[in-house]
Amino acid sequence: MRIVSNRTHGAQILPLADAIASLVKDGDAVALEGFTHLIPFAAGHELIRQGRRDLELIRMTPDLLYDQMIGMGCARKLVFSYGGNPGVGSLHRFRDAIEHGWPAPLAIEEHSHAGMANRYAAGAANLPFGVLRGYAGTDLTKHTNVRTVTCPFTGEELAAVPALRPDVAIVHAQEADRRGNVQLWGIPGVQKEAVLSAARALVTVERVVDELEPRPGGVIIPGWVIDAIAVAPRGAYPSYAHGLTERDNDFYKFWDEVSRDRDAFLAWMDEHVIGAAEVRA
Amino acid sequence: MSSGEVQTIVAARLLAEATSVFIGVGRPSTAAILAREIVNPDLVLVYESGTIGAKPHRIPLSIGDGELAATADVVVPVVEMFNYWIQPGRIDVAFLGAAQVDRRGSLNSTVIGDYDAPRTRLPGAGGAPEIATGCDRVMVVAPHSRRTFVERLDFLTTRAAPEAVITDLGVLEPDAAGELTLTQIHPGVTVEQVREATGWELQVAGDLRTTPEPTEAELSALRELVSR
Repeated sequence: MRIVSNRTHGAQILPLADAIASLVKDGDAVALEGFTHLIPFAAGHELIRQGRRDLELIRMTPDLLYDQMIGMGCARKLVFSYGGNPGVGSLHRFRDAIEHGWPAPLAIEEHSHAGMANRYAAGAANLPFGVLRGYAGTDLTKHTNVRTVTCPFTGEELAAVPALRPDVAIVHAQEADRRGNVQLWGIPGVQKEAVLSAARALVTVERVVDELEPRPGGVIIPGWVIDAIAVAPRGAYPSYAHGLTERDNDFYKFWDEVSRDRDAFLAWMDEHVIGAAEVRA
Repeated sequence: MSSGEVQTIVAARLLAEATSVFIGVGRPSTAAILAREIVNPDLVLVYESGTIGAKPHRIPLSIGDGELAATADVVVPVVEMFNYWIQPGRIDVAFLGAAQVDRRGSLNSTVIGDYDAPRTRLPGAGGAPEIATGCDRVMVVAPHSRRTFVERLDFLTTRAAPEAVITDLGVLEPDAAGELTLTQIHPGVTVEQVREATGWELQVAGDLRTTPEPTEAELSALRELVSR
């Protein structure tokens, strides 16, 4: 399957609500990536506000964002490799969905981090599968989408994981220029791979600048592989944008408390997400 | 001093000669930061967020905390971390934790109960399976209880043959056949206590050692680090 790029003029800069509405529909496979860093909370919250349903949510580490989206009934399925609150403990909404089917049954497809990373890399490379040394001898092989493949040169048996090709990838970055070229720095996670593996891509940014100044460790994604840019200051909160905002570790601990109880969770989401159009000011 | 402090200090001591160590959060991370500060200043700390050579002043809450990225020698993408650093075996030692450990040192971090209808859904594999196979030297850090040290894992998440399992009661090492055996016991702990806390008939080494008491220097360095 050839990738056909129809983004000839660079990414459009749109209001977040418009970008989300035009790019994501019910039933889509959506990857909102950011490995602890640059997690696109603003975009995810907009998806919740717009009432998207039946989504296949893809993220290596679901983090609080998918805990929230699962708890609000956006998800039909979750594809992931680690569903915990980093350094704190459980994701209670994730657990409630899997253990008790609340608010709705959640199908899961789980992998290891190495597997998911290689799935994204294969997707970005437009290859049908990724190959790695992994999964061997674990119970996960019986419960997930992984196969064994034999190296045609050496005969070594390796794990084959199917390429990830989301309908939409959404990531957050520090900045974009006016033509939609994006620069992110700090922990890069699988952001670039996610953008390049998806049929459509949205990048939310802290700011738009006249010109990108290359930074040490900076990752630049040209605007012509991105569909839309949306400005979302503090758009990763409670995660962070390295150099511009700080991770709110206290919030991650607070989330452990407020998300344990279904009603407390719903009340918090109603007040802080549903009822708040632009919380970032 | 608490059993957790002893456990952390024992783990730090085991890193005195290591060149690089792969860590998550919790006691392994604290142990590695402590080891770098007091016994092994060249120790390279590697977190799965991609931070290689992190030198945090404060103990991080998550593997993606900003200070890890700010102090690292280099920050690499996740695909690179797993494919170029872990898989080819470039990291010397890996510390892993788990909800359940069996007598061979394999780990469960996926579910308690059935996979399709779990009593408790745990976070899942994360980086552990490939870290265990990619790093030559694996050490497990876990609380010693019957809940953790089980006869049979509910789910085999990570196949591992750790060279040491460091608990808050002592240290287990594999015998010639690969079965975890109690080889070291912390000060003030009895063999009976350790047996009671283990879900299988625990083998005890004939030449059982006692953990040397944490020194004043080790304890004060650890407490100062924790208080930052």
